[in-house]
Amino acid sequence: MLLEIKDLRVKAEDKEILKGLNLSVNAGEVHAVMGPNGSGKSTLARVLAGHPGYEVTGGSITFDGKDLLELEPEERACEGVFMAFQYPVEIAGINNTYFLKAAVNAVRKYHGKSDLDAVEFMQLLRAKAKLLEMDQAMLGRSVNEGFSGGEKKRNEIFQMAMLEPRLGVLDETDSGLDIDALKIVSNGVNALRTPDRAMIVVTHYQRLLNYIVPDVVHVLTGGRIVRSGGRELALELEEKGYGWIEAETAGARG
Amino acid sequence: MTQLAERHDSLAAGFEALKREPAFGHQGLAETRTQAFDRFLSRGFPTTRDEEWRFTNIAPIAALPLAPAAARTIDADVTARLQPAGPVGVSLVVVNGRLVDTPALPAGVTIRTLDTATSSDLRPMRPAGGTIFPELNTAFFQDLVVIEIAPKAIVIDPIQVLFVTVADGDAPLVSPRLVIRAGEASQATIFETYADASPDAVAFVNAVVDVDVAPGAIVDHVKLQRQNPVSFHLGGTFVRVARAGTFTSHAVTVGGRIGRNDIVSVLDGEGATCTLNGLYVGTGDALIDTHTTIDHAKPHCPSHEIYKGILAGRARAVFNGKILVRLDAQKTDAKQTNKALLLTDEAQINTKPQLEIFADDVKCTHGAAIGQLDEDALFYLKARGIGALDARNMLLHAFADDVLTGIRLETVRTTTMALVEQMLGLPA
Amino acid sequence: MSTSTETIEQLATREYKYGFETEIETDQFAPGLDEDVVRRLSATKGEPEWLLEFRLKAFRVWQKMTAPTWHNLKIEPIDYQAISYYSAPKKKPELKSLDEVDPEVRRTFEKLGIPIEEQKALAGVAVDAVFDSVSVATTFREKLAELGIIFCSFSEAVKEHPDLVRQYLGSVVPYTDNFFASLNSAVFSDGSFIYLPRGVRCPMELSTYFRINAKNTGQFERTLIVADEGASVSYLEGCTAPMRDENQLHAAVVELVALDGSTIKYSTIQNWYPGDANGKGGIYNFVTKRGKAMANAKITWTQVETGSAITWKYPSCILVGDNSIGEFYSVATTNNWQQADTGTKMIHLGKNTRSTIVSKGISAGFGQNTYRGEVRVGKNAHNARNYSQCDSLLIGDRCGAHTFPYLEIKNTSAKVEHEASTSKIGEDQIFYCRQRGIPTEDAVNMIVSGFCKEVFRELPMEFAVEAQKLLSISLEGSVG
Repeated sequence: MLLEIKDLRVKAEDKEILKGLNLSVNAGEVHAVMGPNGSGKSTLARVLAGHPGYEVTGGSITFDGKDLLELEPEERACEGVFMAFQYPVEIAGINNTYFLKAAVNAVRKYHGKSDLDAVEFMQLLRAKAKLLEMDQAMLGRSVNEGFSGGEKKRNEIFQMAMLEPRLGVLDETDSGLDIDALKIVSNGVNALRTPDRAMIVVTHYQRLLNYIVPDVVHVLTGGRIVRSGGRELALELEEKGYGWIEAETAGARG
Repeated sequence: MTQLAERHDSLAAGFEALKREPAFGHQGLAETRTQAFDRFLSRGFPTTRDEEWRFTNIAPIAALPLAPAAARTIDADVTARLQPAGPVGVSLVVVNGRLVDTPALPAGVTIRTLDTATSSDLRPMRPAGGTIFPELNTAFFQDLVVIEIAPKAIVIDPIQVLFVTVADGDAPLVSPRLVIRAGEASQATIFETYADASPDAVAFVNAVVDVDVAPGAIVDHVKLQRQNPVSFHLGGTFVRVARAGTFTSHAVTVGGRIGRNDIVSVLDGEGATCTLNGLYVGTGDALIDTHTTIDHAKPHCPSHEIYKGILAGRARAVFNGKILVRLDAQKTDAKQTNKALLLTDEAQINTKPQLEIFADDVKCTHGAAIGQLDEDALFYLKARGIGALDARNMLLHAFADDVLTGIRLETVRTTTMALVEQMLGLPA
Repeated sequence: MSTSTETIEQLATREYKYGFETEIETDQFAPGLDEDVVRRLSATKGEPEWLLEFRLKAFRVWQKMTAPTWHNLKIEPIDYQAISYYSAPKKKPELKSLDEVDPEVRRTFEKLGIPIEEQKALAGVAVDAVFDSVSVATTFREKLAELGIIFCSFSEAVKEHPDLVRQYLGSVVPYTDNFFASLNSAVFSDGSFIYLPRGVRCPMELSTYFRINAKNTGQFERTLIVADEGASVSYLEGCTAPMRDENQLHAAVVELVALDGSTIKYSTIQNWYPGDANGKGGIYNFVTKRGKAMANAKITWTQVETGSAITWKYPSCILVGDNSIGEFYSVATTNNWQQADTGTKMIHLGKNTRSTIVSKGISAGFGQNTYRGEVRVGKNAHNARNYSQCDSLLIGDRCGAHTFPYLEIKNTSAKVEHEASTSKIGEDQIFYCRQRGIPTEDAVNMIVSGFCKEVFRELPMEFAVEAQKLLSISLEGSVG
C-alpha cells in the first residue's frame, strides 16, 4: 500500500470539513475523487500536501510506511508527494527553468544525491517539455506569470513530470480548460502513469475521466467517501448528478 | 430645452407606435417597457456634465429625429459582403433588430426569439453598471436572439450573429438584443458583427448583449463593430461568470461616427476567469469610447485586460477601465493594460484606469502607454533598408496584431486585420 | 497562525548586524547650531572664505525655512540644537596610506566587509571611507591620478582643487533648494569628490562607505561628481551606523554633473541602523540627490534602501541636454516600524530625452513605504519618453504601500508609459515552493529577489550579491 488514509478528520477556521475519511491507494493505480462543490475534495488534496491552512484533528495518513502528518510540506514533496494546484501560484522574476532546477535539486539533496549539472538538467527539461507541448518561451517566462489558465495547468503537469513523484495529486486540474487543453494535459498525465506511481485525480466533472481513465472512482460528500466503484460510477454520477447519492447517503445515515 | 422636448417627442411618438405592435406586450413586456422608457425619459440623454460621459459628447445622437427601425429584408450578396471571407460556422442574420434567418444548428445549441423566449430570456439577470441606454433598448427592442448552449455540450463551430442595419427613412433607432446562455461545463464561440447595409445612411444602433456563463463553462466572444462612418453605435455587454467559468472577449471597433462599448463582467464564483481584449481604430472625426468594468466578487478570479487603440485624423478615444475587487475577493489577480498610438497631432485620447480595491491579498497591475510611433523602431527599420512607409506600416501592423492574435477564429482574425489595414491605408 | 506566517515573522525580525560601536577618540563639537558653529566648523577645516560665505548664506536661508510636511511620513519633531555638527576621529589628520588608518577604524570597516584592503581592491574597486563626518582613507588614488581622475575626500578637494569645487558646488542643488539641503550646505563636514577629465573612462568602480559612529552627531556629507565631456564612471556608496536608542540625523547632498556625452552611474546601498523592533532609535535619512545631464549624457541612479528609521530621498535627473538619459532603479524595504518616502523626479528639458523609473517597494511588519515620483516634460522637450514601473510587495497585513505618481506633460509629442502593481507575498507562494521541495527561507529569498530583479541587475556586479544578502537580512523574520 502506497497511501493509507484512516479516519481522517480535518478542520479549517473551526469548521470540520473532513469527517472520518478513509482511502487506500496502491502503487500503479489512478483514483478519481469526485464530489459536489464544498464536499472537501480540495481539502483532501491540500491536506495531503501539508497546506498550513488546515488542522488535522484526528486519524492518520501513512505514505510508503511513513507518518505523512509528521512531515513538513517540503519533506512530503521530497518523499514524493506532488500536488498539481487548482490555482497555480505566480512568482514574478523567477523563471520557470530556474525554479524547477531549484526544486529538482532540493529533492535530490534530500535523498543525498548531488545536484544535476546544467547539461543533464537541460536534457531532462527538454524531454519533459515535449511531453506537455511546452515551448522554449514558456520555460523562460516567470513561473506562471502571464500564463493562461490552460498554460498554468500544463505547467503543473510538466513540473510533475520533472519531479517524478511517487504520488501525484491533481486538484481540479481540468477546471478552466477548454477541450484542446484538456487533451494535452491528459496526455501528459497518462504518459506519467507507471507501475510504481499512483495518482489521485480530484474533479467535479466526469469529462476528465474520459481522457484519464481511473482504476477506482470515489464519491466524496459531507467530508466522507460514501461510495467507491469502477469507472461506471463516474458515468452514473454524470447522468444522475450528485443529488441522488447525497440523498441516498443522508437516508442511510439518518 | 425645447430641443430636449422635441427629441423626446420623436422617441415618444415611436414608443406610442410600438405599442400597437404585438411585440410590445408580449409576455407581460408592456409594463417592463413602459417603466424602462420612463426611467430613460426621466434621465434623458447624458451630457458631458455626467462623469461617465465627460469626454463623449453624444449631442449628435440626441439631435437625430429617431424612429424605431422598421422590419426589412436583405439580399444575400449584402450579407456575404459583411461576413468574413471563409468559414465561420453557423450564421444568424439579424436585420434592424429582427432575426431573419435561422440555419441548421449544431448539437447542443438552441436558438429562441421573441416568440419562443422564456420570461428570464426577456428579463435576464443583469449586473449593475453601464448606462441608461439598456433601458432605451428594453423600451424598443422588437425581437431578440437567445443562444443557449446545453450543459456539457462542446460546440466547436463558432456561432456568428450578423446585425445589419437597413436605413431607408429617418434615422432609425435599432435595438438589437442578444442573450447568450452557456450551460454548465459547456464550450462555445460567439462572433457578433454590427454593420450597415448602406455606406452613408445614418442610423443609431443601441445594442444590449447579456451573457451568462454557468459553472465550468467556456465562452469565447468576439465583437466586430464595422458600422459606416456616419452611424452611431452604443453597445452594452453584461456578463456574469460563475464558478470556474471562463469568459474571453475581443471587441474590435473600426466603424461609426461615435461608438461606445460598455462591458461589465462580474466574476461571481471562485475560479471564474475573464479576459477583455480590444482594438479600436479611429480616423476622420470618429469618437470611440470604451468603458469596461471587471467586478471581482469572489476569491481566486484572474482577469486580464488589454486594450489598444490607433487614432488618426482628428479621431478621439476614451478608455475607462474599472477594476473592482470586493472585500471577499481575496487572491484576485487583475491585470489591465491600455495602449494608444496617436498618428497625428489632432488625434486625442482620454484614459483613466480606475482601481477600487477592498480586499487585501490581491495582485492588481495596470499600465498605460500613449504616444506616437516609436521613432527608434522606425529608424531601426529604415536603417535596415526598409522604406519609411513600409516601416510605419509594419509597426502599425504589429501593434494591432498584438490584440488580434488572441482571436482564435482565423477567418475572423484575417477579416478584422484587413479592415484595420484598409482604414489606415496599409497594404494587405 | 499558520506555520508559514510564523516563519515570515521570524525572518523579518532578525537583528541588525552592523550595530556595533567603535571606541575611538573623537573631536566633537558640543551640540547646537548658530552662525558661530558654522564659522567654527569652517575654521576647523581650514576652509577658504568663499566656502564660508556659501555656508553662511545657506545657514541664513535655512533659519527662515520650515521642515517639509508634504511627505507621507510620521516624524517626531527634530531638535536641531541637540545635535553635534562635527565629529572626527582624533588620530588621523593626514593619511598617506591605508596602514596609517587607526586600527580601530580599520577593524570597523573589516567588520562591515568593506573592501578598503588593497586585496579587495583587486576586485577593481577604489574606496573612500567616511567615518562619522570625515574621510579616513581613499584607496588607489595614485593609479587613478595617472588617468587624471580625482577621487578624494571633499575637504581635500576644497584644498587641492578649489576651482573645480567652486565651479560646481551648488550648481545642481542650490543652497536654497530645500530645508535639508540648506542645512547640509551650512554644516556639511566631508564627503567624496570625483572629477573625470574629458574622454576618460574610469577603469574601476569607485566607492565610498559612510559610517556614523559617535553619539548625538548628525552626518552631513556632501558628494560632488563631475564627469567632463565623454567621460564615464560608476560609483557606489554604502552606509551603516551603530545601534542607538535615539534617532540620529543624516542629511546628505549629492550633486552629479554629467557634461556632454558623459555617463555617471551612481549606486547606493543604504543600511543605516533602522531602529529596533519597537521602532526605537534609528537613523533619519533625509537626502537630496540630483544630477544634471547635458547633451547625450546619461545618469543612472540605483538604490537599495534597507536601513534607516525614516528615509526621505528622491534622486532626480534634470535632462537639460538633447538626447540625454535619466534612469532610476530603486528597491526600498521597510520592516518593523521603518518608514520610507522615496522616488525620483525626471525633468525633461532637452529634445529626445528619455527616462526610466523602476521602483520596487517592499513593506513588512508595520513598515510604510511610499513611492513618490514626478515626470515633467517641458514644452520644448520634443519626443521625450518616459517609462515608469512601480511595484509594491506587502508582507503581512499591518504594513502599507502608497504610490504617488505625478505627471506634468507640456509637449504633446511625449510618450509616457506607466505600470504599477501591488501584491502580497503570502502563504500561497511559499506553500507552492515548499510543495515543490524548496524550504521556506529559500522560497522567501527567491520570491523577493525575483521581485527586485530589474533593480539588482543594474548594480555593479561586485555589489549585487551584497545587496541581495542585505535585503534578505533586512526582511529576515518578516515572512511566514
